Amino acid sequence: MTAFLDLPLSPAEWMAISLSLKVALWATVLSLPLAVLLAWLLARREFWGKQLLNGLVHLPLILPPVVTGYLLLLTFGRRAPVGAWLEQTFGLVLAFRWTGAALAAGIMGFPLMVRAIRLAIEAVDPKLEQAASTLGASRLWVFATVTLPLILPGVIAGALLGFAKAMGEFGATITFVSNIPGETQTLPSAIYAFLQVPGGEAAAWRLVILSVIIAMTALLLSEALARRAAKRVSGQ
Amino acid sequence: MSIQVQLKHRFDDLHLDVGFDAPAGVTALFGASGAGKTTVVNAVAGLLQPDQGLIRVGDTTLLATARGLSLPAHKRQIGYVFQEGRLFPHLSVQQNLRYGRWFARRRVARGQAHEARLVEMLGLGPLLARRPGDLSGGEKQRVAIGRALLSAPRLLLMDEPLAALDAPRKDEILPYLERLRDEAEVPILYVSHAISEIARLATTVAVLDRGQLRRAGPVQDLLSDPELAPIIGLRDTGALIAGRVVAHHDDGLSEVAAAGGRLFLPKVPTPVGDSLRVRVNAKDVMLSLERPEGISALNLLDCVVTSVRMGRGPGAFLQLQAGDAQILARVTKRSVEALGLRAGLRCHAVIKTVSVARADVGGRG
Repeated sequence: MTAFLDLPLSPAEWMAISLSLKVALWATVLSLPLAVLLAWLLARREFWGKQLLNGLVHLPLILPPVVTGYLLLLTFGRRAPVGAWLEQTFGLVLAFRWTGAALAAGIMGFPLMVRAIRLAIEAVDPKLEQAASTLGASRLWVFATVTLPLILPGVIAGALLGFAKAMGEFGATITFVSNIPGETQTLPSAIYAFLQVPGGEAAAWRLVILSVIIAMTALLLSEALARRAAKRVSGQ
Repeated sequence: MSIQVQLKHRFDDLHLDVGFDAPAGVTALFGASGAGKTTVVNAVAGLLQPDQGLIRVGDTTLLATARGLSLPAHKRQIGYVFQEGRLFPHLSVQQNLRYGRWFARRRVARGQAHEARLVEMLGLGPLLARRPGDLSGGEKQRVAIGRALLSAPRLLLMDEPLAALDAPRKDEILPYLERLRDEAEVPILYVSHAISEIARLATTVAVLDRGQLRRAGPVQDLLSDPELAPIIGLRDTGALIAGRVVAHHDDGLSEVAAAGGRLFLPKVPTPVGDSLRVRVNAKDVMLSLERPEGISALNLLDCVVTSVRMGRGPGAFLQLQAGDAQILARVTKRSVEALGLRAGLRCHAVIKTVSVARADVGGRG
């Protein structure tokens, strides 16, 4: 057991951890603004096709991750229409790259983010937003100065959920971008790979413990941030 | 600055059809709950889009459905004081106050001095650093009024701003509202179902009844109109009489010279020589054909009956002319028969209770 807890990590293990953090951070940061926008649309606006959009947003939560990964491959593969266009126009390749891992992780975490943020927006009294508009604030200003500060705890919670999901994403990632050390081998993929070879348990255990530490740190940090934000917006 | 409002809107359970013009000053929208008062102010503020309507404030058209014109709420420059304050919980009192001013900064140059004057007038100085969460109801409403006024509105809407407050808090706010009426150059549209607030604050009243406008006109005419008694409430119907304070007596009474006679009422803060308006409820007026002697009531006015209106129940309303003031009396039909009360008859009104409706500081008397 002590051998398992021998924490100095091998370069391969370090690589998996830093890659996972990079993938999860990018996935969270890039999808957060879009999640806030969609949450606001779903919470505050009525439009044609709203239920369809709602369903689409939630689809990755319900579909088997392998299906999501395969659909991503069919859409963003180098020879797939969108993938080829992205490569020709922006030189951006997603398939079998860490960028693709970030995309897969972002998409899998997206429904959780939208849900948390939407609940927070629905909890904001629309009467406050009306009051702001009578004071001269346009819709965008109302959002920036009233809605956003009031939903900040929810946004933080949503971002954490998205980050956690991105850190743990396995099925869609391995289907879409495979399991290439240094490029697409995230923590879960690395643990899976170590468990496939004889004598890999020790390395797998070290990564498991690190996963727990990272998850707990993120949770405590976001709790503290959310508490501070909640205190600020409660008006006390 | 006058206000013109014409609205038609159909809800499931209410058909709103309202049109009135209001001169400068305080225009009260009066009616029972569900009469459509809040709908009217929401349409004026741009928070509700009516089926048909025309709304003008001064020279500016805010809504003209016939021309497809409807300014969005944030461009209407209408200050709105809501019943529950609606302060922003994440901002301090000072930040709340400056919220509207910040959006108005390009329109109006007046800055610090105007803010300081309002803070002083509304007594907000000690509250500036506080958060809305630990203010009392009355304090919240004062902040809400200041916030609305600092946005430099063309018109101030107040939707039952006192309804959520208990009696002492109401008395705390009413003097501020009176100062506002007398000092601010902004016209006010004031929603209320409390006749005492309206008698004290309003210059004009529009009476709504189940979505329809029943009457609109000067407050003293409408409150003493027997036709409106069923809406205003039999207990609350009464006249407003203008008078002038002539003396404060040592026994705790103030003497007021009104058209048709002298009135005595519990000491008022109004200085001698200033005018005020007193309220005489119809149910507190007795009539006598002879000048009564040996009676405890102090207030006697000579008057002439101008109309008799029999109610559906046992009561009747009589309109009386005392000098140039109108008084309303509610007596039983039996008394009308017994005394032979009819239009043109001279009689004496005995008034049991007189209360101050409003101290008139300048302006209308």
